[in-house]
Amino acid sequence: MNIFDFFRERKKQSSAAVAKERLQIIVAHERGQRSKPDYLPDLQKELVEVIRKYVNIDIDQVQVALENQGNCSILELNVTLPDR
Amino acid sequence: MAKILVVTSGKGGVGKTTTSAAIGTGLALRGHKTVIVDFDVGLRNLDLIMGCERRVVYDFVNVINGEATLTQALIKDKRLENLYVLAASQTRDKDALTLEGVGKVMDELRESFEYIVCDSPAGIEKGAHLAMYFADEAIVVTNPEVSSVRDSDRMLGLLASKSRRAEQGEEPIKEHLLLTRYNPERVSKGEMLGVEDVEEILAIRLLGVIPESQAVLKASNQGVPVILDEQSDAGQAYSDAVDRLLGKELPHRFLDVQKKGLLQRLFGGRE
Ligand SMILES: Nc1ncnc2c1ncn2[C@@H]1O[C@H](COP(=O)(O)OP(=O)(O)O)[C@@H](O)[C@H]1O
Ligand SMILES: [Mg+2]
Repeated sequence: MNIFDFFRERKKQSSAAVAKERLQIIVAHERGQRSKPDYLPDLQKELVEVIRKYVNIDIDQVQVALENQGNCSILELNVTLPDR
Repeated sequence: MAKILVVTSGKGGVGKTTTSAAIGTGLALRGHKTVIVDFDVGLRNLDLIMGCERRVVYDFVNVINGEATLTQALIKDKRLENLYVLAASQTRDKDALTLEGVGKVMDELRESFEYIVCDSPAGIEKGAHLAMYFADEAIVVTNPEVSSVRDSDRMLGLLASKSRRAEQGEEPIKEHLLLTRYNPERVSKGEMLGVEDVEEILAIRLLGVIPESQAVLKASNQGVPVILDEQSDAGQAYSDAVDRLLGKELPHRFLDVQKKGLLQRLFGGRE
């Protein structure tokens, strides 16, 4: 694909099509958040604060997920530590 | 059995009050005893759109506080026999409506009306929550525009989790999508999301598409719900939506660009 094709390709996508794509992504993301219990974001924040006392990490290095399996739920905690 | 409908959206200015007035009037026109309730405390406007602003003596909050009976507060429409309005209070006290108080008024309204149409305030906070809490069905008013679609989706999430039906494990609120301020010309140019796009994203049943129309401003200027302007595109589109709400199957109209007449093209007149 040469540079002219590139611009032609870009031009083809209307602003409405861009809007639709962006909406599909954000709506899917927000629906995923919705099914989680309300306390998860706070839990994640507090965990980050505790870990930060010892290791310097970013908020997105702690992942908290709740999974329902039959009549029990599993809280999965994933902490990525920085390279030493 | 009485039915409570909430007209909601999350985002403000999308056409909830216009829709509440039109749908409520349409239901009354078809013989159903209907009341339209304004939940927008502090920003009462339904009275203006319905043309009864000078006849408001008591409001929703007065009834909740026991300062007036429901009969005293209900405003009878001058045009239609079986249509009433319950005005919102102009108080600045956001806590004037309580869940318990609203519940009592809804129970009382259920006894004498077939349809109770609740015009929700914007947002997803207390006022909007109270408006949708007791609903049996929801009309989610959406404009073909990114922030409106996103807010509608958030509102759908709340309808499914924070309503009385959800909390009591009853059958969920029946959801309807009403796409308003639709501009077929801009859709055809790829400048505006189309009906199918919004339907695909929100994935709920389409109740109707209301075109962007000058008739709406004209109707609000005069205090006449636009559905009574039977010649207008918006009036006809609302009329179809009411019929669908009552179970009729009708094809959707006003989705395509209207061809301009020769004179309009010559003089560049706007439709
Ligand atoms: N289909 C339409 N065509 C043109 N203007 C509209 C249409 N629907 C609503 N409007 C206008 O949009 C504005 C907001 O409408 P309103 O019903 O008050 O919205 P909301 O209650 O959601 O805040 C008003 O000025 C109204 O006249
Ligand atoms: Mg309004």
